[in-house]
Amino acid sequence: MASGTKASDTKPDHGIGAAHDEHGPSRRDFITTAALGWASVGGALALWPFIQQMNPDASTQALASTEVDLAPVKEGQAITVLWRGKPVFIRNRSKAEVEAAKAVSISDLSDRSARNDLMPDSAAASDQNRTKKDNENWLVLVGICTHLGCIPKGQGLSDQRGDFGGYFCPCHGSHYDTSGRIRKGPAPRNLEVPPYEFVSATKIKIG
Amino acid sequence: MITSALKTQSLARMALLACGLAVGAASMLAPARASEGGAAIHEEHWTFGGVRGGFDQAQLQRGFQVYKEVCSTCHSVRQLSFRNLVQKGGPAFPEDGVKALAATFKVPDLPNDQGKVLKRPARLSDRIPNPFDNEQQARSANNGALPPDLSLIARARGFEVEKPFYMVPWHMLKDVVLSGGYQEAGADYLYALLMAYGEAPKDMKLGDGMYYNAVYAGHQIGMPAPLADGRVKYTDGTPATTANYARDVTAFLAWAADPKLEERKRLGLLVMFYLAILSMLLYAAKRYIWADVPH
Amino acid sequence: MSDHESNYTPKGAFAKWMDDRLPLMRMMHGQFVDFPTPRNLNYMWTFGGILMVMLVAQIASGLVLSMHFQPSAAAAFDSVEAIRRDVNYGWLLRNIHAVGASMFFLAVYLHMARGLYYGSYKAPREILWILGVIIFLLMMATGFMGYALVWGQMSFWGVTVITNLFSAIPIVGEAIRTWLWGDFAVSGVTLNRFFSLHFLLPFVIAGVVILHIWALHVVGQNNPTGIEIKTKSDSVPMLPFAIMKDAFAMAVFMVLYAWFVFFAPDYLGHPDNYIEANPLSTPAHIVPEWYFLPFYAILRAIPNKLGGVLAMFGSIAILTIIPWLDTSNIRSAKYRPMFKWFLWAFFFTVVALGYLGGKPAEGSYVLWARVFTAYYFAFFCLIMPIVGLIETPSKMPRSITDAVLGGGGSMAGAAAAAAAEKR
Repeated sequence: MASGTKASDTKPDHGIGAAHDEHGPSRRDFITTAALGWASVGGALALWPFIQQMNPDASTQALASTEVDLAPVKEGQAITVLWRGKPVFIRNRSKAEVEAAKAVSISDLSDRSARNDLMPDSAAASDQNRTKKDNENWLVLVGICTHLGCIPKGQGLSDQRGDFGGYFCPCHGSHYDTSGRIRKGPAPRNLEVPPYEFVSATKIKIG
Repeated sequence: MITSALKTQSLARMALLACGLAVGAASMLAPARASEGGAAIHEEHWTFGGVRGGFDQAQLQRGFQVYKEVCSTCHSVRQLSFRNLVQKGGPAFPEDGVKALAATFKVPDLPNDQGKVLKRPARLSDRIPNPFDNEQQARSANNGALPPDLSLIARARGFEVEKPFYMVPWHMLKDVVLSGGYQEAGADYLYALLMAYGEAPKDMKLGDGMYYNAVYAGHQIGMPAPLADGRVKYTDGTPATTANYARDVTAFLAWAADPKLEERKRLGLLVMFYLAILSMLLYAAKRYIWADVPH
Repeated sequence: MSDHESNYTPKGAFAKWMDDRLPLMRMMHGQFVDFPTPRNLNYMWTFGGILMVMLVAQIASGLVLSMHFQPSAAAAFDSVEAIRRDVNYGWLLRNIHAVGASMFFLAVYLHMARGLYYGSYKAPREILWILGVIIFLLMMATGFMGYALVWGQMSFWGVTVITNLFSAIPIVGEAIRTWLWGDFAVSGVTLNRFFSLHFLLPFVIAGVVILHIWALHVVGQNNPTGIEIKTKSDSVPMLPFAIMKDAFAMAVFMVLYAWFVFFAPDYLGHPDNYIEANPLSTPAHIVPEWYFLPFYAILRAIPNKLGGVLAMFGSIAILTIIPWLDTSNIRSAKYRPMFKWFLWAFFFTVVALGYLGGKPAEGSYVLWARVFTAYYFAFFCLIMPIVGLIETPSKMPRSITDAVLGGGGSMAGAAAAAAAEKR
């Protein structure tokens, strides 16, 4: 409705409009500009609810956490659970896999941040920082490739697990190690460790 | 200029006249509103009425207590989740307390690996469970009557004021503008209903398992008088009377039906303020633009 | 438009290049910037612009609501509740949309009343008027189907009653009704198709609105005198004069709109629609939304089913032929001393029918509904043709400028006016 054209810009060929300009355009322009300015501020603010309504609603935000029973997962096995609509990889790593993950020097990594949601970004990407103390065999990761959002292979027993024995994303060839850290390929970051805690010896709560 | 001054003067006179008429009409009106059967429903004073209205948190907490200890035996509030009891603008109970309360309810879990559906304690994100599994169970437990869901009851009830047609404009003005938007008809009805139990008149024959209620349509209701002095133990010193229970539970139900009321009215005042300024600015701009053009 | 040339002058090379290929800016400038607007338009002429804004507001809020609404019998009611309770600002968007429907109708009724009073339906504005009636019909269909989506008791039973009207049609009526339902009663199937159509129709309305504005700009706006623009001094350019006046009126209208949205959102609705639809129990007193009440009263006033349906649809259909029912050659009721009072009586009749439509169909309410229904049709079929022939118009100004400045006006103006009258 309110076009950007200022009132004084129009030069109507009608006698009335022309005579009117003598009234002193400065005062008139000021009040017109003020009115249009105030109207545009309101218009802009009115957009906010229309944008905000697309964010997750209160019922979705309330579904924040999931509990997982680890008892049936034997050493070397893995399960995938759904948390906030995303797959979470849970792996009971073998001793060899843990040792391999620990042996990697931080300086060999392309992403040196732990990417652990419970830690600051400055935490180093050591295996200790990506697992829980005394439960180092358990690796819990958000199973979404940090490149373009595919689900990496490696959970199934017959899956290809990439050059570093962890996960391999078939979409664009990203290789992750046994701690879920990116070692080769286009993915920019290590697989994310979601916030979780052990609520008992064999049960974790994610989120 | 002269004509516009005249116009302003006559406008002012008309406004005065309108005010006078309004006051006169108001004095003619009895404050009570009659329900269909004739029993009076009064416009109560509620904290959530008017443009600056909001809920009394302590009252909502007491109201929930009455709901839980009395109403919830038969009535569901299926639009409410436990998390709503924690949120701002409502009873705002402490989160830990509501978590513990939720855990006392058992709700069906997802099927486990063997395909069995087991029950788990409810969480904040769960809806407050219905006291009955289905309508048939509810009816059979209540002498054939279905206890209605209460989550919207304060919006789903109201009452008509008996008024001659020429009073309709005045009532519209009063309910829309002067009262700051009268949206409490449901609350007034519920309070009146809860307070209207009593002895049936001698010439009235009640149906089997029916109770006399002066406000309910037909004066027979399937719900026995739910409230009695001392039935719920209040811990904040509020006298444990039927009237207080009725007021508190009505307030709670009004919140349950309109949990965004406080946010709505707060934003509403800001918007009205904004629009008032916008109207004035645009009026001034329009006056300047048209100043030299007789029209 | 016919005798108005855009005085647009493209600024800069790109604007010139564009103007030679697609003169969109030239058209917009000609139609909405320097378009000649009668200088004597009163505030009743602002409702066209207000209606444009309302259409945009309804489409915008409806679009975002459709992102959360679930059109099934099982989920519709709860999804509306989820919008009110859980969706970010859902309560606001829902109120904007629900109250917006009422405001839309309020504005359209005032817009139509203005058209009737000032004779805006008369030649050469017949097509403009008929397009308006089509928009009104589409609005009614859209509003009715939108109200159904809430899937409360009033939604459900309103749909049941109105779709049953079609069964009054001889022979094919029952088949049409079943076809509308897609089921053997109103059900989730019906709800789903209503959602689909409710989404589509506003865009159809927008299309007809474009035709409506086109037709308006071909013949030019009517004005309170009903005398066409004859000289330049009769008009002012649309921008800033008419636009600024419209903008102010819109802001005032927004105050009313916002008041309902924030402080009385349920005043215009019915409590029963907060009870989920139940096919086994009819509310004691079914009423449509307030903006349908006059037509609902006409429906109930006729004691015969088919007769009632015909009268109701006829009450709207008759609007399309009033350009030819009105025999007067004076446009504005301002200068029609006899017709003016019949017209005010007609406005009163519509309001009275609205009141009666909200009352139970019993006793004296039915009698009065019949009296007012009779007047409704008599006004168009008898009063309009007869009064136009017998009444003596009061003294009219010679031109818009004369009307505004009072007295005889300039001689030049009068001469020009006289010349224009002959042509």
